[in-house]
Amino acid sequence: MARNVKLRIWRGDSKDGALKDVTVEANEGEVVLDVIHRVQATQMGDLAVRWNCKAGKCGSCSMEINGKPRLACMTQVASFGDDETITVTPLRAFPIIKDLVTDVSFNYKKAMEVPAYEHPKNLAPGEARMEQIDVERSQEFRKCIECFLCQDVCHVVRDHEENKKSFAGPRFFIRIAELDMHPLDMLKNRKKTAQEEHGLGMCNITKCCTEVCPEHIKITDNAIIPMKERVADIKYDPVRWLGTKIRKREGL
Amino acid sequence: MTLERHKYDVLVIGAGGAGLRAAVEAREAGLRVAIICKSLFGKAHTVMAEGGAAASMGNVNDKDSWKVHFRDTMRGGKFLSHYRMAELHAKESPDRIWELETWGALFDRTKEGKISQRNFGGHEYPRLAHVGDRTGLELIRTMQQKIVALQQKDGRETGDMESGIKVFAELTITDVLKENGKIAGAYGYWRESGEEVLFEAPAVVIATGGVGKTFKITSNSWEGTGDGHALALKAGANLVDMEFLQFHPTGMVWPPSVRGILVTESVRGEGGVLTNNLGERFMFKYIPDVFKDKYADNEAEADRWYVDQDNNRRPPELLPRDEVARAINAEVKAGRGTEHGGVFLDVSKRIPAEVIKKRLPSMWHQFYELAGVDITKEAMEVGPTCHYIMGGVEVEPETAAAVGVPGLFAAGEVAGGMHGSNRLGGNSLSDLLVFGRRAGMGAIEYLKNNGANPVSDAAIAKAKAKIQAPFDRQGGENSYSLHAELQEVTHNLVGIIRTGSEIKEAIEKIAEIRKRSANVAVSGGRVFNPGFHLAFDLDNMLLVAEATAKSAITREESRGGHTRDDFPEMDTKWRQVNLISSFDGEKVNIRQQALPTYPKELFDLFDIHELEKYMTPEETSKGGTN
Repeated sequence: MARNVKLRIWRGDSKDGALKDVTVEANEGEVVLDVIHRVQATQMGDLAVRWNCKAGKCGSCSMEINGKPRLACMTQVASFGDDETITVTPLRAFPIIKDLVTDVSFNYKKAMEVPAYEHPKNLAPGEARMEQIDVERSQEFRKCIECFLCQDVCHVVRDHEENKKSFAGPRFFIRIAELDMHPLDMLKNRKKTAQEEHGLGMCNITKCCTEVCPEHIKITDNAIIPMKERVADIKYDPVRWLGTKIRKREGL
Repeated sequence: MTLERHKYDVLVIGAGGAGLRAAVEAREAGLRVAIICKSLFGKAHTVMAEGGAAASMGNVNDKDSWKVHFRDTMRGGKFLSHYRMAELHAKESPDRIWELETWGALFDRTKEGKISQRNFGGHEYPRLAHVGDRTGLELIRTMQQKIVALQQKDGRETGDMESGIKVFAELTITDVLKENGKIAGAYGYWRESGEEVLFEAPAVVIATGGVGKTFKITSNSWEGTGDGHALALKAGANLVDMEFLQFHPTGMVWPPSVRGILVTESVRGEGGVLTNNLGERFMFKYIPDVFKDKYADNEAEADRWYVDQDNNRRPPELLPRDEVARAINAEVKAGRGTEHGGVFLDVSKRIPAEVIKKRLPSMWHQFYELAGVDITKEAMEVGPTCHYIMGGVEVEPETAAAVGVPGLFAAGEVAGGMHGSNRLGGNSLSDLLVFGRRAGMGAIEYLKNNGANPVSDAAIAKAKAKIQAPFDRQGGENSYSLHAELQEVTHNLVGIIRTGSEIKEAIEKIAEIRKRSANVAVSGGRVFNPGFHLAFDLDNMLLVAEATAKSAITREESRGGHTRDDFPEMDTKWRQVNLISSFDGEKVNIRQQALPTYPKELFDLFDIHELEKYMTPEETSKGGTN
């Protein structure tokens, strides 16, 4: 059954903006993206919102709904009370372009800074043999749909623009972890560079990223903590530290 | 303000699987490449592909080979595929999959540690390389990361990571430009700012995907507006067989949050039944004579089949896709549908909740999370969903070069010919790898003899005026409502089941909407303005819909993704014919063109009795070309 819902939508651009109240019809089973689309088609033809698949698979419609980073296509209108106003605002960690659309180029820049996969030189196409159990660890991280909600929620950059330069963010920690755990990747020292170049050390494991991940990837437990532990082992264990000096390899 | 200009060797329009694969090929040959995405990098519709990529690696059954894959593909397309495309596809897809592994892809494994392969409809052996149900995401991410790898290499060599290959995200191309009869570049605008951009490039690869948004119910995202089909048409290229669209019989029609999303066949396989608004289990009325011995004509027997498949006939809900779709369509048209134009598909009354959750976990999860529909408690509302277009740009198989336009290439869903009248599941991911690469190779080859082809000021002025026009009109038509009208027309009149009189009506209505669309006005500014974006998408969709409707009225038979109620049989005469759409600046024209004859070695891969069902006696007696 259709009912009216109260929406409060942030409208504006990089210079200025404000929350605008609208009332819009919502049908049973609809998600927040549906009612935003209805506002767009009937009341605000130029309302900017990113979206693509509308099935929780592409990670485009990231925004903050009642203050929480979420995918609008995966947030049901019915999950809010009948009289509750649903407030939708753009991702806070990124510069605003217009309305609900932010400039997420930070993430693509960080993606370019993570050294690529390096295939074994003597392993021809088709010759790779890997156990399912070994590929599964990296596969968990490759489920990432790049919605960047984890990047948005992470307090290291959320309100600290100055940290962005030296901090890749949870999405790219799982990318590094994925390559580090890849059974064939030949590039050494991924954990060390995560620590030294991508800001792994700045993360203090509040697990907010894991909490907002729509793919339920255990970002903190399965990627960040294991990398941190290994880094700590090697850096602070005197015997292993000595080993790295004597054998001239990092062991990371 | 000065116009933003870029010069490249190759411009790739579209950043799904085919576009990215073409870009990789061209860059690895040393060419400078620009990639245009309509949305953010890595969001293209390729991510939605679940099943896998078909390639006869023979990892699970070593009897598989390119010949078997070729045969399956030709059968699936009812022998209308371009034989050479199907041959290249079958031969090259294993290499394309293995190559992805060298770029870091992690497919699911067999016990021996090889790439696992799964069974799929129409494929004789387990053939689909996969990663759970997110194979498309793996493909696109792997190629996205391969492009980053190429950029890092360029960065090491030149100090600028974007010196050799650059991604232009959230940019729409409105015109492909030609000078002196050859490709010269493309014109478009940044979706974010609305500011215009000129690309000068002597080779353009179109890889823009599908046309689903032309239809009311579709599994495609907003990007599937047939941009590449329309750009190619307007640039003088041909489209081939635009009447062939793949509809899935059971897409969700309600609630809107999941409209178009597919309900897998296994829901029916597990005991789901289809009912109309009278509560009738209507499929028993729609069993064609040829299937009468295989399908139960009463509920009692149909229900027994689920426990005893040896002594009972199958329930009619499990008839082939087109039969189920036809039945649903007939019920809705007879006024026995749901209020949202579908029928009910129910498992909740037949299977205990815990069994549903165990056997159909992702289905249960998806509808519960996306729409609050609990399929263990209530019926789903389903109907035919537009899923994939087989028709597309007419290309040379070896080079993916668009016929008739030097410098233009097309690959992936936007290209035609490969899948004939019907695509097999799993063949689209392999198609985009094989022909994405070939489009890149085609561009490389073309550029050996063709250099820069500067764009004239006159062409720029024309492209500029087109983008400005909707802002200058006062109080004209609204693009959202015209789009909705078009979707009603296509859905109702050139949808899954067609008849001559309805298609004729559709052609008239599309022409009328097209006339009104010339008067679309846009409110608001240029910055990220979806109403403005839709004005251009709409123009593309109208052209595609016209090509589809006019091809559909011409082909007087039923084959694969084209079903005519007034011509229900497949006709061997029509198998010899491709329908070619071209654009004269005002309207789409259709002409018939003979399908190439198979060379003997491919002809001989089939049992002659099988070919006799599809070919005329003259063709079979000839036995191929040589």
